[in-house]
Amino acid sequence: MTLLHVDGLAKSFGLVVTARSVSFHVAPGEALGIVGPNGAGKSTLLNLVTGAQPVDAGTIRFDGADITRMPAARRTALGIGRTFQIPRPFEGLTVFENVLVGSTFGAGARRKEADEQAWQALETADLTHLANTPAGSLRLLDRKRLELARALATQPRLLLLDEIAGGLTEHELPALIETISAIRDGGTGVVWIEHIVHALLQVVDRLMCLAQGDVVATGDPREVMASDAVAAVYLGSPDLESDTP
Amino acid sequence: MTVNTRTGPGTLKVVRGGWPSLAGGGVLAAIVVFLAAAPWFVFSPGDVTNLVTLFALIILGTAWNLMAGYGGLVSIGQQAFIGAGGYGVIKLADVVGLPIPLAVVAAGAVCALLALPTSFLLFRLVGGYFAIGTWVVAEVFKLVTQELPGFGGGSGLSLTAFQGVDRVTRIATVYYLALALAVLVVLATYVLMRSRIGLGLTAIRDDKVAAASLGVAVRRSQRIVYVAASGGAGLAGALIAVNGLRVSPDSMFSVQYTAFMIFIVVIGGLGTIEGPILGAVIFFALQQLLDSYGTWYLVALGAVAIAVVLLAPRGLWGLAARGRYEIFPVGHTVRPPT
Ligand SMILES: Nc1ncnc2c1ncn2[C@@H]1O[C@H](COP(=O)(O)OP(=O)(O)OP(=O)(O)O)[C@@H](O)[C@H]1O
Ligand SMILES: [Mg+2]
Repeated sequence: MTLLHVDGLAKSFGLVVTARSVSFHVAPGEALGIVGPNGAGKSTLLNLVTGAQPVDAGTIRFDGADITRMPAARRTALGIGRTFQIPRPFEGLTVFENVLVGSTFGAGARRKEADEQAWQALETADLTHLANTPAGSLRLLDRKRLELARALATQPRLLLLDEIAGGLTEHELPALIETISAIRDGGTGVVWIEHIVHALLQVVDRLMCLAQGDVVATGDPREVMASDAVAAVYLGSPDLESDTP
Repeated sequence: MTVNTRTGPGTLKVVRGGWPSLAGGGVLAAIVVFLAAAPWFVFSPGDVTNLVTLFALIILGTAWNLMAGYGGLVSIGQQAFIGAGGYGVIKLADVVGLPIPLAVVAAGAVCALLALPTSFLLFRLVGGYFAIGTWVVAEVFKLVTQELPGFGGGSGLSLTAFQGVDRVTRIATVYYLALALAVLVVLATYVLMRSRIGLGLTAIRDDKVAAASLGVAVRRSQRIVYVAASGGAGLAGALIAVNGLRVSPDSMFSVQYTAFMIFIVVIGGLGTIEGPILGAVIFFALQQLLDSYGTWYLVALGAVAIAVVLLAPRGLWGLAARGRYEIFPVGHTVRPPT
């Protein structure tokens, strides 16, 4: 059974092809990692799956239903949660209120229930100590945590993470890895875009490598990383070496 | 004021408001009570008529802020509904024969209804095109009004329903109606902003894309505020018409109203409930003070607006409250479970 099934997705911005014919799938309780050089089209792929941008061609099925043209908010209500690579907090709201938006609208919870789901998401993302802080005053690391907490508050069945570990120090990474593993083990499907490959490899069940809108390789994470095709994509790109210990 | 509690050992509490807000609300309530009593021993009939303008400005600022400040819909054409409300109330009172208070409220409702089809047209446009589109709609409303038979063409209409009513009764009727509607519009805005729709709107104000990704129906929320704000503009227009006793296309559909609303909301504080009230009071005071200076009045308004934008970008209410104080508590404060 698959949760997300993407088939032949295509998207271009003028002459820049960000997805040529991308197909992949994610099952409940499965984590798919996505790597690829800068500008490969990774974030765009998330935008297409969540409905933040319209597709040029292809289909997106969630839980068996065709959601290719469904508005973003309805996809969230169905159970697709996402984080933004560059955090987009509601700066005039507190951290708690930011997360409350997710539990209220994404999960459809009411009052007490919404408050509690928001609080739980803050606990998971380790942000409870900043609950009453205006989100506009957070530093980058906490903004990333807030992205995770908001997405979790929507009670997603599919969680899409875009470089959520960027900027974390080496000893902050294990906690995040544990959190994402636990979410996956709880039955949520996870798609995780990350340049920090050694972190990714500790969590994901499968790995997909994108370059210039094409799927270069997909399959067992270690085999994908070892493949010649992926090595060729990264040739001359310092991304991976600098992040891998 | 509202406390949500979870029973059990660790109790999460979410508090909205408290004594400082209650105190601020009490001061406002006292001002309203004073305004309700004042006509009989403080103000002259001329002052009373002037104050109706202030109440209409509070409604206009509150409605424009709801739409632009929270909904992110920067319209420069709400004079479409001010005019429709002004002409509407005269028709509803003189032709349909509704009593004045009912006619004013009905004119607001008609404007809200008119805004619904208009929104489907305008919401196809984004950003600057939306703004220009709203102005075009206002001009169309004005031209149609001028051409419609029975609407007085370029010279407009006079209200006849008050004929035979003595001056004091007429002035008092309009004054109390305007005061009551201003209070109701502000309270309704507060109730809306305190509800889940309000939380969604505040999210839209800060980031539409992120709001949609968290499940907020951005379009539908924007339509709700556009319709509500247009109803508010219609109410204000109706009050202006029954206060002035006559309407003309050039005055009622004037883009000047948009300039006033932007001034009020920007100097008071965009995206807050308190800001437009403060802004309307300041605007009204400046208007009264500088009325006799002709063009210099506009120059002074412009100078004040520029100074506020530069020195207090979040408006004078934003400067005073620093985001920490609300008279109308819409925020949430968490008391963590212990
Ligand atoms: N809205 C847009 N308009 C025009 N071009 C865009 C837009 N969004 C993305 N692009 C372009 O599409 C390409 C892919 O961008 P995308 O953000 O998906 O890359 P990415 O794989 O996430 O890269 P990174 O690792 O740097 O985050 C880039 O060349 C980018 O400049
Ligand atoms: Mg990216």
